[in-house]
Amino acid sequence: MNHQFIKKLYYGDIPDEPGSGAAYIAKADTAAWPLWEVFIRSKRGLDHKHAGSLKAADATMAIENARDVYTRRQEGVSIWVVESKNIHASNPDDAESFFDPAEDKVYRHPSFYELPDEVKHM
Amino acid sequence: MQQINFILSLADANLILSQRNAEWCGHGPVLEQDIAITNITLDLLGQARNFYQYAASLVNQSGNMPGNIATEDSLAYRRTEREFKNILLCELPKGDWAQTVLRQFFYSVFCKGLYTQLLQGQDAQLSAIAEKSLKEVLYHVRWSGEWVMRLGDGTAESNQRMKQALQFLWPYTGEMFMPAGFENNEIDLASIKKQWLSQVRSILEEATLQLPAGNIFMQSGGKKGIHTEHMGFLLAEMQYLQRMYPDANW
Repeated sequence: MNHQFIKKLYYGDIPDEPGSGAAYIAKADTAAWPLWEVFIRSKRGLDHKHAGSLKAADATMAIENARDVYTRRQEGVSIWVVESKNIHASNPDDAESFFDPAEDKVYRHPSFYELPDEVKHM
Repeated sequence: MQQINFILSLADANLILSQRNAEWCGHGPVLEQDIAITNITLDLLGQARNFYQYAASLVNQSGNMPGNIATEDSLAYRRTEREFKNILLCELPKGDWAQTVLRQFFYSVFCKGLYTQLLQGQDAQLSAIAEKSLKEVLYHVRWSGEWVMRLGDGTAESNQRMKQALQFLWPYTGEMFMPAGFENNEIDLASIKKQWLSQVRSILEEATLQLPAGNIFMQSGGKKGIHTEHMGFLLAEMQYLQRMYPDANW
């Protein structure tokens, strides 16, 4: 007999029951609304920083969703959104050849110059 | 007394709609919109609190309730159905998403006109509340208006649902502009109605929806405490805790 003991589930692993509303909505949702990346500028003069992602039907809705999801606690003064599919990322498998070679090239840091005393804010 | 009733009618409308919209919390069509409608709900609750606090201070000054100090909570949780002065539109069931966003749109456009007038009024406290609320209301108009256009001019089904919502809600829009006798003479409901109709008409046109034509009978009574059959159930749920355990605290 197949014992149905309690199986430990991790977040995201919870199986969909056939015909459950949640699964249906999740699928319909994925098909209909694209994913957007949200960038928030927290203060004037600072740059936009990646805040997270969300689902929206178009750019207008994405900006409003971002306002409601990511700026509820006064986090921002400006919002950028971009459809996630338009972002191209480096491959994590390339990390060694991409980034490790910079490790032993300390001379690329501009820390070998004598700064005159008159130069401030460096 | 007249002024207190006017302020209570504003407080009640915001509280009751807030209670209705709160039914979406955790049940929104998608996570992002669940948060959006809940944000709006909290804005409405905040506006209701400001109006209730002001009304309570006026009630206490008037000395009409000796030994019984009015507070924002007593006004919200200890009054009976007949004492609530909200327009009927606010207490109607949340229905589907189309009905919820269209009702929000109708109400928010009305509040925009009303608060703009309060802002210029003589009552400094009301003017301050209106100024703070107006910023929130402008976003509610924008958010709900975009949903009306999106669904009206969307798929065959979303258009059908928006049509049904329009047909259901329209007879409840007239009450917003009917004077109840407690509005102060700074409020010009006729001019609010004119602005309201013009904005509603233009958004409905964008949404490929027709403004209901002809002389449609308008429901009323809410401002006088005569409510729909939905109101009692809403109050029962909202007031249950304070009725069952008076003065219960966190």
